[in-house]
Amino acid sequence: MFDLGGYGPQLASGTLTTIELSLLSLAVSFLLGLIGASAKLSKNRAIKGAATVYTTIIRGVPDLVLMLLIFYSLQIWINDFTDWLGNITNNSYSWQLDPFTSGVITLGFIYGAYFTETFRGAFLAVPKGQLEAARAFGMRPFLVFRRVLFPQMMRYALPGLANNWQVILKATALVSIIGLSDVVKAAQSAGEATFRTFYFISLAGAVYLVLTMLSNGALLLLERKYAIGVRRAVL
Amino acid sequence: MIQIIQQYGLAYLGWDGYNISGLAMTLWLLVVSCGVGFCIALPLAIARNARSPFVWVPVWLYTFIFRGTPLYVQLLLIYSGVYGLDFIHNTAPFNEFFRQAINCTLLSFALNTGAYTTEIFAGAIRETSHGEVDAARAFGMSRVTLYRRIVIPSALRRALPVYSNEVILMLHATTLAFTATVPDILKVANDAYSATYDPFDSFILAAVIYLCVSFALIFAFRRAERHFLAFLQP
Repeated sequence: MFDLGGYGPQLASGTLTTIELSLLSLAVSFLLGLIGASAKLSKNRAIKGAATVYTTIIRGVPDLVLMLLIFYSLQIWINDFTDWLGNITNNSYSWQLDPFTSGVITLGFIYGAYFTETFRGAFLAVPKGQLEAARAFGMRPFLVFRRVLFPQMMRYALPGLANNWQVILKATALVSIIGLSDVVKAAQSAGEATFRTFYFISLAGAVYLVLTMLSNGALLLLERKYAIGVRRAVL
Repeated sequence: MIQIIQQYGLAYLGWDGYNISGLAMTLWLLVVSCGVGFCIALPLAIARNARSPFVWVPVWLYTFIFRGTPLYVQLLLIYSGVYGLDFIHNTAPFNEFFRQAINCTLLSFALNTGAYTTEIFAGAIRETSHGEVDAARAFGMSRVTLYRRIVIPSALRRALPVYSNEVILMLHATTLAFTATVPDILKVANDAYSATYDPFDSFILAAVIYLCVSFALIFAFRRAERHFLAFLQP
C-alpha cells in the first residue's frame, strides 16, 4: 500500500518544512497580533488608526495576492536598500531572500492581522477591575500584562487561536507556489515523476489531516490548562 | 503603473481579447462555487444532524476531509490527479469534464465551500430553539413542513453573519484558480508582472480590485443582515 517509489525522504523533509513554516509563522503572527491588539486598544489616535488600516487591508485582500506581492517586491526593496547602503558606505552588500524566510514573513504579516482581531476581543473580555487592581499593587505595565492580562485573555482567545492556527497550517500549502519545497511540492514532483499524481497528492492531503488531528489534541490540553480555576455551569 | 493600466486594464476587469478574464472571471468563480456549495450544503446540513450514525457519519467524514486539507491540495488532486486515473481517462463524459481547467476549479471550489457551509448550517440548525419546534409540532406540522417552514428559514437567517464570512473567504480562495491557468484577476496580474517585471504595481492593482469586491460584499451582507435579522435588533 505504501509504495513511495523512493520519494519517502523528500516527502518526509517536505512535511518537516511545512511544520517548521507553520510554527514559525504562528510565532510571528502571534507576536504581531499582540502588538496589533495593544495598538488597537491604545488611546493614541495615530497608533489606533494605523492598526485599523493594517487589519482592514490585510483581511480584505486574498492571502495569495499578498504573498506574491510581498515575495516579489520584498527582494526588490531589499536590493534597493543594500544598494543604497553600499553607496553611502562604499561597500557592496547583498542579501538574497529564500522562499522559506519570505514565506514566514508574509504568512506572519498576513495572519498577524487575524490574530490582532482575536486578541482585541480577548483583551476586552478581561475585567477592567483586575487590571486596575494590578496597577494599584504597583505592577509595571509589562508585569500587569504578563501576570494578569495574558493568562486570563488566553482562555478567551483559545478558540480563535485554534481556528487561526488551522488556517495558517493550510495556508502554508500556498508557499509551494512561490517555490518552497514543502510537502505539497514534494508530492507534486513525486507524482509527476511516477505518473501517480492522484496517489501522491492524496498522501499530502493525509499529512495535513494528521497534522490537524494532532493539533486538535494539543489544543484540548491547552484549553484545560487555561481553564484552571474556572467553574463551568453544570446543566 | 499607467502603462500597466493602459495595457492590462481591460483584462483586469473582464476581457483579455479572447475570453472573459479578471474581475468577471473571479465573480463567475465565486457565484458558481458558492451557489453549488449552498445547494450541496443545505441537504447535508440536515443529514449532519440526523440521529442515525449511518447518515451523519458520512457527512461528518466529508466535512472533516475537506476542512482538514488545504484547498490548494484539493484543487491539485482534482486538476492534475483525477485526470491521470485510467478510469476517468477512458470514460467519455468524465474525460470531457475533467479536461477543462475551469470545470476542475469550479468542482474543487464548490466541494470545499460546500463542506464549510454544511458545518455552518448544521450548527445553526442545531441551535434552533426547542420552543419553536415544539410549537410547530403542536400545530400538527409534519417533519417536512416543520423543516420547510420553521427550521430552515430560521437557521439560514441565524447563519447569515457566519455565512457572509465564508463567502468572503471564498472570494479570497478563488485566487487559487490561477494555478490551474484559469484567467482570474490574479492570473492577469501575474501576466502583467511577467511582461513588465514590475511586481508591486501589477499585484497592487489586483489587491485593490479584491479589496473593493470584499468591501462591496461586506456592505451587501450588512444590508441583508439588517433586512433578514431585523427581528433580532434591539
